[in-house]
Amino acid sequence: MSDLTMNTNSANSPADPSARFYVREHHPENGTLLGFWLYLMSDCLIFACLFATYAVLGRNYAGGPTGAELFDLPLVAINTSLLLLSSITYGFAMLEMQRKRKGATLAWLAVTGILGACFIGFELYEFAHLIHEGYGPQRSGFLTSFFALVATHGLHVSFGIVWLITLMFQVKRHGLTPENGRRLMCLSMFWHFLDVVWIGVFTFVYLMGVLP
Amino acid sequence: MSGGHQQHPARVVGHGHDHDDHHGHTHADHGSLKSYTTGFILAVILTAIPFWLVMGKVIDKSSTLGLVLLAFAAVQIVVHMVYFLHMNTKSEGGWSMLALIFTIMLVFIMLSGSLWVMYHLNHNMMPGMMTDSSMHETVPESMQNMPGMDMSTMPKSHDMHDMPNMQQTP
Repeated sequence: MSDLTMNTNSANSPADPSARFYVREHHPENGTLLGFWLYLMSDCLIFACLFATYAVLGRNYAGGPTGAELFDLPLVAINTSLLLLSSITYGFAMLEMQRKRKGATLAWLAVTGILGACFIGFELYEFAHLIHEGYGPQRSGFLTSFFALVATHGLHVSFGIVWLITLMFQVKRHGLTPENGRRLMCLSMFWHFLDVVWIGVFTFVYLMGVLP
Repeated sequence: MSGGHQQHPARVVGHGHDHDDHHGHTHADHGSLKSYTTGFILAVILTAIPFWLVMGKVIDKSSTLGLVLLAFAAVQIVVHMVYFLHMNTKSEGGWSMLALIFTIMLVFIMLSGSLWVMYHLNHNMMPGMMTDSSMHETVPESMQNMPGMDMSTMPKSHDMHDMPNMQQTP
């Protein structure tokens, strides 16, 4: 870009302003958000592969327990509502960020983090219960694919919480700067994306898993 | 996005700092209280109905119920995309929508292809297949027989009795 500008300046008379032109690279201003969206799309492919694995292996019980025997739907309902609530509380945090209210933003972020932590807590309880009963990932193809898919989602949520806490410290320290706003936007996309993945998980794994 | 640049050329040259301030009302990218609450209420309804259908055992036929559940999930994903992720054709100059469409295409090909292949694999790897394909000399002929390799041809094979646990469907 700068090379081109210099070349045209040296070729033409620098005193003539009409002869000067600038090559503006026309890329989106907040390319970070687009880049992050592309990352999310690639993440989507990872989850799609895990969903495909579950679709193929999900009924291979190897004589072990079926989904109908293992899944605790009330617990899944609680988890689903926790994640859904955390989605809207993050939305409220973004709205407060737009109004430049730092305290309210931090409060809503904290609520989001707590809801996410509760989600992870319930999920870990479910996993620990299953493994304690002897139905770990090694029991059958169904359980392998189940653990791979649900734990990958849980891992994403866990890292989301780590990111959230980091951003809360950043916002607390540096305020709602444009940089922090951009970061919060990225985390917002990440968080809502995880909720979208969870729709697939609770529908395809849990609800359809208990069907006879 | 690009439309916004042309309306405010000063911002392209200058710093990106005031960009975030104007971003909201030029594109409504961050959403509003109304859009978040609308999305939330829709999402709650679209979540509650599938859980009620399954836990209340409303529909007996599980294939029908499965399709209904998938339909609800698809609608809810769209709701989340629109109201929470603020997807529209204009954000990022249309590039995010393009990436989304591309990803959906890839996911569709990958999912349907995997299921298709694995379903046929389960059928074609049946023990009767081995004796059948050895009877036919050329590959194309055995390939032509593959779609017909359903359970009606299976009892001819003597190997079937050794494999009672063979998985039929994915």
